[in-house]
Amino acid sequence: MSVELQPEAEISAVAKPDSLDKADAVSVASNWKLVWWRFRKHRLAMVSGVVLILIATIAAFPGFFSTQAPHESDSKGSFMPPQGIHFWDDGPAFFVNATKGARNPRTLRMEWVLDEGETIPLRLFGRGYEWKALGLFPTRLHLVAVANPDTDKPIHLLGTDRLGRDQWSRLVHGTQVSLSIGLLAVFLSTVIGIALGGISGYFGGLADMVIQRVVELLQSIPPIPIWLALSAALPRSWSVTTTYLAITGILALITWTSLAREVRGRFLALREEDFVVAAKLSGCSQMRIVFRHMVPTMNSHIIAAVTLAIPVMIINETFLSFLGLGLRPPAISWGVLLQEAQNLQSVALAPWLLLPGLAVIITVLALNILGDGLRDAADPYH
Amino acid sequence: MPVDEPPETKQTLLEVNGLSKYFPIKKGVLRKILGQVRAVDDVSFAIYEGETLGLVGESGCGKTTTARCIMRAMDPTAGEIMFRKASGDMVDIAALPEREMRPLRREIQMIFQDPYGSLNPRMNILDILGESLLVIGGMTDREERSERVAELLRLVGLRPEYMQRFPHAFSGGQRQRIVIARALALNPRLVVADEPVSALDVSVQAQVLNLMLKLQQELNLTYLFVAHDLSVVKHICDRVVVMYVGKIVEVAPTQALYEKPKHPYTAALMSAVPVADPRQRAAMTPLEGDVPSPANPPSGCYFHPRCPYAVDICSQQQPALEEGAPGHFVRCHRAAELSLSGIGDLDRPQTVASASSSDAGVGPIG
Amino acid sequence: MNPDHILSVRDLKTRFLMDEGTAKAVDGVSFDVSPGQVVGIVGESGCGKSVTIKSILGIVQKPGEVVGGEILFRQRGNGAAAAEMVDLAKLDGRGKEMRAIRGSDIALIPQEPMAALSPVHTIGNQLVEAVRLHQDVSKRRAEELAIERMTEVGVPNPAERMSMYSWELSGGLRQRVMIAMALSCSPRLLIADEPTTAIDVTTQAQVLRLLRGLQQNHGMAIIFITHDLGVIAQVADYVVVMYLGRVMETGPVDDIFHNPQHPYTRALLESIPSVHALSREPLPTIEGSIPHPFNRPAGCPFAPRCVAAMPGKCDRRTPKPTQLNGGQSVSCFLHNDAAEED
Ligand SMILES: Nc1ncnc2c1ncn2[C@@H]1O[C@H](COP(=O)(O)OP(=O)(O)OP(=O)(O)O)[C@@H](O)[C@H]1O
Ligand SMILES: Nc1ncnc2c1ncn2[C@@H]1O[C@H](COP(=O)(O)OP(=O)(O)OP(=O)(O)O)[C@@H](O)[C@H]1O
Ligand code: SF4
Ligand SMILES: [Mg+2]
Ligand SMILES: [Mg+2]
Repeated sequence: MSVELQPEAEISAVAKPDSLDKADAVSVASNWKLVWWRFRKHRLAMVSGVVLILIATIAAFPGFFSTQAPHESDSKGSFMPPQGIHFWDDGPAFFVNATKGARNPRTLRMEWVLDEGETIPLRLFGRGYEWKALGLFPTRLHLVAVANPDTDKPIHLLGTDRLGRDQWSRLVHGTQVSLSIGLLAVFLSTVIGIALGGISGYFGGLADMVIQRVVELLQSIPPIPIWLALSAALPRSWSVTTTYLAITGILALITWTSLAREVRGRFLALREEDFVVAAKLSGCSQMRIVFRHMVPTMNSHIIAAVTLAIPVMIINETFLSFLGLGLRPPAISWGVLLQEAQNLQSVALAPWLLLPGLAVIITVLALNILGDGLRDAADPYH
Repeated sequence: MPVDEPPETKQTLLEVNGLSKYFPIKKGVLRKILGQVRAVDDVSFAIYEGETLGLVGESGCGKTTTARCIMRAMDPTAGEIMFRKASGDMVDIAALPEREMRPLRREIQMIFQDPYGSLNPRMNILDILGESLLVIGGMTDREERSERVAELLRLVGLRPEYMQRFPHAFSGGQRQRIVIARALALNPRLVVADEPVSALDVSVQAQVLNLMLKLQQELNLTYLFVAHDLSVVKHICDRVVVMYVGKIVEVAPTQALYEKPKHPYTAALMSAVPVADPRQRAAMTPLEGDVPSPANPPSGCYFHPRCPYAVDICSQQQPALEEGAPGHFVRCHRAAELSLSGIGDLDRPQTVASASSSDAGVGPIG
Repeated sequence: MNPDHILSVRDLKTRFLMDEGTAKAVDGVSFDVSPGQVVGIVGESGCGKSVTIKSILGIVQKPGEVVGGEILFRQRGNGAAAAEMVDLAKLDGRGKEMRAIRGSDIALIPQEPMAALSPVHTIGNQLVEAVRLHQDVSKRRAEELAIERMTEVGVPNPAERMSMYSWELSGGLRQRVMIAMALSCSPRLLIADEPTTAIDVTTQAQVLRLLRGLQQNHGMAIIFITHDLGVIAQVADYVVVMYLGRVMETGPVDDIFHNPQHPYTRALLESIPSVHALSREPLPTIEGSIPHPFNRPAGCPFAPRCVAAMPGKCDRRTPKPTQLNGGQSVSCFLHNDAAEED
C-alpha cells in the first residue's frame, strides 16, 4: 500500500476502448448536452416536440397552409361537410370530391353531400389567393391548392361554418392567434415572474415580504371571476389588436405568480448551495454570482416551467373567448371558433365545427408531455 | 508544521474574540422575531501560524456557523475576528464590508463538506479553479490561467488533462481534491476545512487526509479543521477546540486532550467513539439524553442535564472557561477535582508535532 | 441448509437494468445468519449493502430485479422441519406470504427514520397500529403494549410521547421509536440498515447499546449494515465484508479485525485513522477510487486497486469464496485458485 500521492489511475484499464470514449464524451459534456441526451431518451416528448414544431410552423405561416381567405364567406355555402383528400384512384392521385347541395323541401335548408362522381384535382405548392408571409411579402403560394386555378369549385378540407367560411383556413389562422397569445402571455409572466421572484429570492428581507404578500393576495383571488370581470370591462369598441394585447396582459397578470414562486424558491435554495457560497468566497461580485452561477443553474428548470405554463394560457384564452369575453369576431382564435359550435343544433348539423377543440387538445397535450420531458431532463445530476 | 520552534516565534494568525452568531426565530405573516438560536455564543480562540486547530462537537453545536463567520460567508452577530495579513498587520474582519473583504479572500480559503454540492455542475474544472484567479487574482489571460490550473491539479494528484471535464465526471474523492485545489489557487495562508472528509468513503478519506498533510508541509498552510470524527481529529490536529451547544467547553493540545480530558463532555464524547477493535468493546455507559437545542439551552452549565458529575451549582451558575493547565482551558465547575480518562494511548511515543505544540502553552484569548 | 441457520443467502444476484447499462448491484453474495447472532455487513458506499437486504425483504424496486440465487429462511416452526424452509427469492415481493414474513418474522430498521415515520400521525397511533397488525388485542391493550415497547427502548416519558409527532422528536428518539416499531412483531430476524449513520456519536453509542441489549433479551438475530468499521467491531459477532456487489471476506469479528485475510479488508482496516495511532503520519491508502457500477472491472472487482493483484489472473477471472480453517471465508486468488465459471 503506497502512501505517496500519485495521479489517479486511468479509468480502470480493463474497460473496453469504446466505453472509454463514451465516458470521455460524457466527462466533458456541458449541462445542455446532458439535458439533451436525457431528453432524447424520452420518446413521447420527442414525438410531442415534432408535433409542436409542425403546429408552430403552421402558426407562423397560416396563409401558406390555408386554402381560402379566412374571412371570405359564402352565404350559399353554409355548413358544407369536409372534403377528405384522396391519394389513390386506381393509381396515385391527389384530389377531393366535389360537393353538391340540394334544398331539403321540409326544412328548407341546404343539405350537402359529397359527389363521388366529380373530382377536383389538387396540387402541392399551387397558387391561390394572395396572402402576405410574415405580414410583409405578398405571395400566392399555398401548400395545397386547386390544380386548375380557373375552376370556381371551392375546396373545404374541413367543411364550412354557418356563414360558409372555410373551417380549415380559419383553424389555421386561429392556431396562429391562440398559440401566439399563449407564448406572449407566458413570456410576459416569465419576465415579471423572474424579475420579482429573483428580487424576492436573492435579496430577501422587506422586498421579499412585500412581493410574497402580493403573490399570496393574487393567488388567493379565484382567477375565473377576475378574468371574467377584467375582460368584461374591455370596451367593445377596441380594435382586434388592442383586445388581443389586453387579453394577453390579463392572462399574464394573473399567472406570473406561480412562476415567481418557482423562481424565488430556486433562488432561495441556490443561495444556500455550497457552490454559491464558494463563489462568494472566491471573491465573485453579486452580479457575477447571480448571472454566472445562479441563473445558468436555473434556466433549464425555468424553460420546463414555462413550457408547462403555455398550455394553461392556451386553455385560458380558449375558455375566455368561448364565453365571448376574450377575443371577439372578427378575430379568429380557437376559442372564437369553438364559439360557433356553442349551440346544439350546429353540433348536430355540422360536427366538424368541434375540430378546433381537437386542435386545443393535441397542442395542450403535446406541450404538457414536452414540458414533463424537459423537467425530467433538466436535472441530469439527480 | 511548527517543529521545534521556540514559542515566541509562534505568531497568531487568527484570533477570535467573543464571536457570537444568533439566528432569529421568526414566525407569522409579519415575521415577528420570537427568539434566537444561539448557534455560536461568545466563542474565543486563536490559531497560530502553521498549526492545525481542530473544532469538534456533535451536530448542531455551531461548528459550521463558526467556520462560516470566520470566512465571512455569514455576518457575525458580535465579536472580533482579528486576522494577520501577509503584511503583518492585524485587521478585524468581522466588521469589514464585502468590498474590503474581497482582497483578503486570497489569504483565507475554505474546503466544504459536501463534494457534490460545492462544485458548480454547470462549469468545467478549468472555469471552477480559474474563477478566483480571474476575479481576485486578476489573471485575465486564459492561457496563463489554464497553466496555473494544471499546476493546481497536479498538486492535488489529479491529471491536468481533466480540466475540460465537468464535475459530474469525478468521484467524491476526486471532487474533494478539486475543492482543495480551488482553495489553494491563490496561495492562501489560512484554510478553513469544514468536515472535509466526512462525506467520503473510508478508503478515500485516507487519501484526502494524506493530501492535506502533505500540502500543509509543502505550502506552510494553517488549517482550521472542523470535524466530528475524533479519530480523524486526533490524526491531523495539533490543538483541539471542543464545542457544545454553541459554546467552547474545552481547548487543549491534542495529546493532552485525548490522554486526559478535563471536561465531562469531552470524556463522554471519547468514550462514545466506536473503536475498530472487537477486543476493546466498550464497557461504557453512554451519555443519557440528547443535545439540547441552542434556541432553548438549559440553565447553568449547558451540559448539566446529561452530566454524570453534576452538582447543585452546575444547574445554577454557568462555569467560565478557565485555564486548568498551561494551554488547557476547561469550562466546568468541577474540572479541578475530576479525574477523567481519555483514549490517547500513553505507551506510544509522541509525535514531534503534537509534542511541540503541547509544550507551547497556547490557548484561547479571554 | 445447515439446521443451525435461520437465514442462508446463497449466490444472490440482483441487477438494475437501465438505459445506461446494467448495474450488477449484488453479484453473487452468500452468507449465513444463526439465531441470536449479530451479522455485520460492512462496505463502502454503493457496494450493494442496501440492495442485499432489500432483496432479502423482497422490496427491490424496478428497474432492479433479483436474477439468481437463494434466500433460504427458516420460518417459525409448527410443522415438520422441511416445511419451515422458504426461499424468499422465489416469493412474490408483494404477495401475501412475503408480506406475512416481513411483518412477523423479519423486521427492518431503516436508515432514515424521518422518512419511515408518517408526519401526520402521532407516534402512538403508528405504534398501536403496528402492534395490532400482529396481535389480536384491544386498542387499550395495544396502547399498553406500545408504551411497554417504548419503555423497553428507553424513550423517556413514553405515555407523553405517544401523542407527539415524529418531527417533534430528536434524531435519537426517532430511531428508538423505529426500533420499538420493529420490535412490535417480536421478529426473529431484525435488519438494521445503517441505523446510526444519521445520528451523533453519543446518541449512536446509546442506540448500539440498546440494540445489543435487546438482542440478548429477545435472542433474535440481527443483520447490521454499516460502513463504519468501528461500529462493526463494537456490535457484530460475524462480519461480511462487501466490495462492488461481491463478498470479499466473511468471518468471526475477531478474525476479521485481527487476522484479516483479504487484501481489501486489510487495506480498509489500515486506512482508518485510529485514536491510538501516531498523529500526522501519512496513512496507508487504497489507490484510486471505487469504479462506477457500469464500469465494473473484469475479474476480481478489487484487482485494479489491489497491491497484491496478480496480472493475468486477478483481472481475468473472478475468485470463488474459499473456506479457511478458522471459520473465515475469502474470495481471493492468494488463497485459492478456484474461479467462478462465467
Ligand atoms: N441559517 C440558519 N438559520 C437558523 N438556524 C441556523 C442556521 N444555520 C444554522 N442554524 C442553527 O445553528 C445551530 C448550529 O448549526 P451549525 O450548522 O453551525 O452546526 P454544526 O456544528 O456545523 O453541525 P453539523 O455537525 O450538523 O454540521 C444549529 O442548531 C442550527 O439549527
Ligand atoms: N434504484 C436504483 N436504481 C439503479 N441502480 C441502483 C438503485 N439502487 C441501487 N442501485 C445500484 O446498486 C448499487 C448498490 O447500491 P446500494 O444502495 O446497495 O449501496 P449501499 O452499499 O447500500 O451504499 P450506501 O452506503 O451508499 O448506502 C449502487 O451502486 C447502484 O448502482
Ligand atoms: S459544570 Fe457541572 S454539569 Fe457542567 S460539566 Fe462540569 S460537572 Fe458537569
Ligand atoms: Mg456543519
Ligand atoms: Mg445503503
